[in-house]
Amino acid sequence: MFGYILRRLAVAIPTLLLLIVFSFLLMHAAPGGPFTQERALPPQVLANLEAKYGLDDPLWRQIFDYVWRIVTDFDFGPSFVYPDRTVNQIIAAGFPVTLTYGLLSFLLAVLVGVTLGAAAAIRQNSWLDYLAVGISIGAQVLPNFVMAPILVLVFTLILGWLPGGGWSFSDPSFWIMPVIALGTSYMASIARITRSSMLEVLGSNHIRTARAKGLPPRKIIMRHALKPALLPVISFLGPCFVSMITGSVVIDMYFSTGGIGKSFVDSALNRDYAVMMGITILVGALTILFSLLVDILYAWIDPKIRY
Amino acid sequence: MTMIEHDKIKGMSDRMAAAEVRGRSPWADARRRFLRNRAAMVALFVLAGVILFALFGSHFAAWSYDSIDFSVMGSAATQGAPSMANGHYFGTDDLGRDIFARTVQGTQISLMVGIVGAGVAVIVGTLYGATSGYVGGRTDQVMMRLVDILMSIPYMFVLILLLVIFGRRIEMLFLGIGLISWLEMSRIVRGQTLTLKNREFIEAARAIGVPSWRIIIRHIVPNLLGVVAVYATLLVPLMILTESFISFLGLGVQEPLTSWGALISEGAGTMRYGTIWQLAFPLGFFCVTLFAFFFIGDGLRDALDPKDR
Repeated sequence: MFGYILRRLAVAIPTLLLLIVFSFLLMHAAPGGPFTQERALPPQVLANLEAKYGLDDPLWRQIFDYVWRIVTDFDFGPSFVYPDRTVNQIIAAGFPVTLTYGLLSFLLAVLVGVTLGAAAAIRQNSWLDYLAVGISIGAQVLPNFVMAPILVLVFTLILGWLPGGGWSFSDPSFWIMPVIALGTSYMASIARITRSSMLEVLGSNHIRTARAKGLPPRKIIMRHALKPALLPVISFLGPCFVSMITGSVVIDMYFSTGGIGKSFVDSALNRDYAVMMGITILVGALTILFSLLVDILYAWIDPKIRY
Repeated sequence: MTMIEHDKIKGMSDRMAAAEVRGRSPWADARRRFLRNRAAMVALFVLAGVILFALFGSHFAAWSYDSIDFSVMGSAATQGAPSMANGHYFGTDDLGRDIFARTVQGTQISLMVGIVGAGVAVIVGTLYGATSGYVGGRTDQVMMRLVDILMSIPYMFVLILLLVIFGRRIEMLFLGIGLISWLEMSRIVRGQTLTLKNREFIEAARAIGVPSWRIIIRHIVPNLLGVVAVYATLLVPLMILTESFISFLGLGVQEPLTSWGALISEGAGTMRYGTIWQLAFPLGFFCVTLFAFFFIGDGLRDALDPKDR
């Protein structure tokens, strides 16, 4: 087990470095420097600026310095567009918001999805089953950027129950729509995956044996069926996490929640490469870390897995 | 009564005789199963309708997608509602542009993105996965490790980075979406190739000295068609979703061109002024098309792989 974790780490770290180098090279290849403005700067000023940001160093040196600062000080450097703000400050301002509604959506998706899927499988062909299948088919075509306007239309414009945007840590009524808009389609996917794997497990031999020896149904489900049925769900959690982070960009844009997604799109439109890279690398690191956790969890639950 | 019985028996004997003369190929079987799947057939007709709309819709539009109707400009909420009289069948946006013509144009772009993305996935993913699986050994490990690494990158962020740096051009969007679409496909194809590789007909081909690349092209790839077809059909809506996502953020297709994502974004932004038709029509097309693709994909899977229900 320990060796397995080490081996996974041995792949994760080069992957992250590769991502950093790749995005750095992309940024370097971009036409026009960060100080290219409509009014050309005097050459001396430009040279001074480039010296200040280390842009006159050779490329390998720039990459090395950039990576080194991230590794040692967790410092992503200054923003190119707002010289008085560092990338760290911009990320620190938005990240708690993203994290809050992101985690809530993730919990919603996993808890509701698994419950719904398992219940549908246990009561196959009941109204509950049809409801779960209906939801999971319908939600396939309701990604976050479709859910968000529909929710606002219903709950803000028609019913007037919830605020149509903005964010407040103290008032949960601002959280509801972002969480639902972000979580619904994954909730549906998880419900679908749980339902089909639960059906498969319930038809397997060890469940028949447990039933034959007279175990009560609740015990069969909790002790023998749920754990193997959750394996496909766990392997879905990795991709689910990635697309949720991606989806948070839409949530931030549409609900003006002020998370890092908003900073990302703003920096994309402003060509603020430093902020874009910082966020891309942060998201990449989170993704890689999370898929590592999922793999470990999977290896821990499934005894058949080879380390 | 006896007539009917007689007809039935004659029909049955005809069928049996026919079955004796020419056997049913697995493909004919699959086609029969697909044609019997009602949801998939309905979806196929709906999709055909959407494609016809994209191809010929502009002939029925009274306005072009980038021309401005100055009589409704700036007062879309009061005068821009859908109407047959002034030729704006789906209404107009606040600039006075015809939503019908723009939906036709957006449908063209979105379908094209889906098909190009799936096409790249089919070509690159199949060849990559088949090669990796057939060659095996160290090559396989390196090739699949590369796919693992690429898959663990948050591609949407990198794609946006690419779009911003190299300009928000439509070719760039196609290229970026094509670059990421083949990864999952190559994994699926590799798995399938591994099971094919040890079958007798491959061994026979190898025994008579057919070179590896020709075995891959002539013997492995044709046997993968079923899996590839199913997965490609399911990939088209995912590519459409990806493009719509980027366009929703305003980073994809640029004005005056548009796509479903861009139209939904515009509609979602203006619906609070009472111009709900701006959201409803593109959204309707979007959802209906995605539904159709998912149902066709499911139908194909059921038809081509009857044991996996």
